Amino acid sequence: MSAAKNINITLKIWRQKNAKTKGGIETYKLDNVSTASSFLEMLDQLNEQLVNERKEPVAFDHDCREGICGSCSLYINGRAHGPDTGITTCQLHMRMFNDGDTIFVEPWRSKAFPVIKDLVVDRSAFDRIQQAGGFVSVNTSGRTIDANSIPVPKDDADKAFMAAACIGCGACVATCKNGSAMLFVGAKVSQYALLPQGKVEATERVLNMVRQMDEEGFGNCTNTGACEIECPKGISLENIARMNREYLKASL
Amino acid sequence: MKLDSKIPEGPLAHKWTNHKNHLKLVAPNNRPKIDIIVVGTGLAGASAAASFGEMGYNVSAFCFQDSPRRAHSIAAQGGINAAKNYQNDGDSVYRLFYDTIKGGDYRAREANVHRLAEVSGSIIDQCVAQGVPFAREYGGMLDNRSFGGTQVQRTFYAAGQTGQQLLLGAYSALSRQIGLGRVKMYNRHEMLELVKVNGKARGIIARNLITGELERHSAHAVIIASGGYGNVYFLSTNAMGSNVTASWKIHKQGALFANPCFVQIHPTCIPVHGTNQSKLTLMSESLRNSGRIWVPKKKEDAEAIRAGKLKPTQITEEDRDYFLERRYPAFGNLVPRDVASRAAKERCDAGYGIEANDTNEGVYLDFSTEIKSKGKQAAYAQGNHNPSEEEIIKLGKKWLEEKYGNLFTMYQKITDENPYETPMKIYPAVHYTMGGVWVDYNLMSTIPGCFVAGEANFSDHGANRLGASALMQGLADGYFVLPYTVSNYLADEIRTGKISTDLPEFAEAESNVKKQIDTFLNNNGSKTVDHFHKRLGLIMWNKVGMGRNEQGLKQAIAEIAQLKEEFYSDVFVPGSADELNPELEKALRVADFIELGQLMAMDALQRNESCGGHFREEYQDAEGETLRDDENFKFVGAWEYKGSDISKAELHKEELKYEEIKIAARNYK
Repeated sequence: MSAAKNINITLKIWRQKNAKTKGGIETYKLDNVSTASSFLEMLDQLNEQLVNERKEPVAFDHDCREGICGSCSLYINGRAHGPDTGITTCQLHMRMFNDGDTIFVEPWRSKAFPVIKDLVVDRSAFDRIQQAGGFVSVNTSGRTIDANSIPVPKDDADKAFMAAACIGCGACVATCKNGSAMLFVGAKVSQYALLPQGKVEATERVLNMVRQMDEEGFGNCTNTGACEIECPKGISLENIARMNREYLKASL
Repeated sequence: MKLDSKIPEGPLAHKWTNHKNHLKLVAPNNRPKIDIIVVGTGLAGASAAASFGEMGYNVSAFCFQDSPRRAHSIAAQGGINAAKNYQNDGDSVYRLFYDTIKGGDYRAREANVHRLAEVSGSIIDQCVAQGVPFAREYGGMLDNRSFGGTQVQRTFYAAGQTGQQLLLGAYSALSRQIGLGRVKMYNRHEMLELVKVNGKARGIIARNLITGELERHSAHAVIIASGGYGNVYFLSTNAMGSNVTASWKIHKQGALFANPCFVQIHPTCIPVHGTNQSKLTLMSESLRNSGRIWVPKKKEDAEAIRAGKLKPTQITEEDRDYFLERRYPAFGNLVPRDVASRAAKERCDAGYGIEANDTNEGVYLDFSTEIKSKGKQAAYAQGNHNPSEEEIIKLGKKWLEEKYGNLFTMYQKITDENPYETPMKIYPAVHYTMGGVWVDYNLMSTIPGCFVAGEANFSDHGANRLGASALMQGLADGYFVLPYTVSNYLADEIRTGKISTDLPEFAEAESNVKKQIDTFLNNNGSKTVDHFHKRLGLIMWNKVGMGRNEQGLKQAIAEIAQLKEEFYSDVFVPGSADELNPELEKALRVADFIELGQLMAMDALQRNESCGGHFREEYQDAEGETLRDDENFKFVGAWEYKGSDISKAELHKEELKYEEIKIAARNYK
């Protein structure tokens, strides 16, 4: 392990008071940032400095800080979740940066994700897509069949799990030049399509989720594959292909 | 106040069934006339809100996150217990019940825990029916693994993301109800007050975190499922936003707060790196299936490691102290969390810690033995009965990657070290709170109509929770307990009609919240909220943490009372009330944490015994094991709020009766 050291950096951060006002980039100097800190701990340090200077701290979404809740976002130096792969912004560490670096920090940019304040965006469109069909219609009862009564081939179970690993952060949308949500929707459709429990409603599910996705203003997929590269959970493009097959099947 | 736990009569194994059979019902045509508020959308809240929606009630659900899917249940890694006995290793409802009571060091209610074990199987069935992708074996059947404090394999899992998959299952059920219009979801809303009318819970005041607007919401029952209070220590494995505010607000309105000193310090977390650290990261307990915990036998080796002069891989087998295997041969590395944490602290306090941070706090979690054994097994499975060392290690690492890949990657990203090559460094960290709002068997607090579920209540884990049991309890409460017990309560509300938010009680509650917000914004002090939160955390960790004693606790009580005064006179909160203002949100939460911290120290001070996660240094045996005092402390300590001077809080005791289990010293040797 490389020993932690302290670096001095310049930050160029998008500031926007609220959804109605126009935003812009502001510049901040931040000294003595430990390379063992996470990127968000660096932002905490900046905010502590701003508050002590009687200035408004930078608003950003974050919660679990271990890469699983999907709250954190951020476009860092032109990349969703910053310059590392397979991680969310909260798992990005300052050892990825050098002394004297200038770092650009912007919110997710997409028509379907309007800015709320500074780096915080509204991703509720994802919730509405899920509400349109991202479920199996089974009520709570305590009287469903025994969990082992329908064997599921390990390969299907593993693939369903890998699709279900999506954390709904929106990096796929933010990084796509079309602002497409097809990786997100494809992952959800795939999870259920691969499992016997999800097959009964497969037709309605894919039609409803795609309809809602279009209504929310997300763009179409042109197979650039950027989403797969920036996805912190490694969700595969295969899921988009599977959704397209499911959609075609459902439309016939 | 007389505490009535309302535990039903009859033999233990029949209590829940008999109770359910005699609870009052609300007919389907009456349910749409009844409103229910659910605060929090983790496993307990989301499953409850979804179930109430399915039943036909009008549900309003609240979360402070931008989506219900982000509640902190999502971060649970290892698994969920259920007494399915799929592995044919002798598991049963009774055994899960027994392990949980024993794991909790005989400080939980028998009837509640038995019910939990009874419904555990249904949870797995329900989740599979929802499409939760649990890990499976090649034959298509569900896979299981072991967790601490048990000798059977009853833990179901989905790689290291079990909490995520279960929460997404509950979230999908909740989403379905939102889509159908049966649940109205309020994202980015925080409950800041409970409204009582004629003594009953009748609604809440919530702040819209985007606009800052204070909103009045009325209901016939209010469910609090807002999680635990580990963030009182500032550094914990909890999410940054996890807080005690909803629980504390109802406490101030008359709900007793039980066993606040029962906190779980999880043994396997990544050690602290520096003063700017914002949270601690857990490494799943499941790793203890494969990893062996050790420190050097020689102090000089530990010193050389800390100085960077020696690598752990250079320490020979004879010079390693596998202290859990040494002290607890029967359970070895899979002793319960409290036991493992204390043993690590004992070694580090004695000077054998291996991490070069301020406190030298760290021990190794080593996978090299498992790499060799699983590698050999894999080679044999491929028909290679004479594998080379190199082949074994390669296959062993592949096995580890398949089993724990995401955890190993997470570790490497945070520490910049490769755990396939060098042992992980770990140290205990605050993880879960067994204490919480006091509830009766029906999960109702001492405020009529105000129910509390999941980690927010004190109900099932006694003084120490076993691994993979939090997910079980959250879903048990939300899917299989509250739908019955809340309906029973609501059966008397079918004639009440809509509750008006124009009642003076709502106006008064709203005005109180507004006053508190204005106080902070106009305070114009000189220090940030985090400054106070970090100081509170240090007091709590040093004096109300893994080891506690009378003198330290008395100091903590005085220091926290002093900190509270300073906080109110000197905190600075920027911005305004009518916008997204994260600093204001933090200030409101830290205000409640400070009061809670003082109560935790008081509770730890009155409990003159050691049990589970509560270790009073005065009460240990010659080998450093906990000394429980069943004669004097076999009770739930439930505190009543008596005004803003926390030292005036009054302790009520609920005696615990053990009818089924013979209470004994907890032995994992």
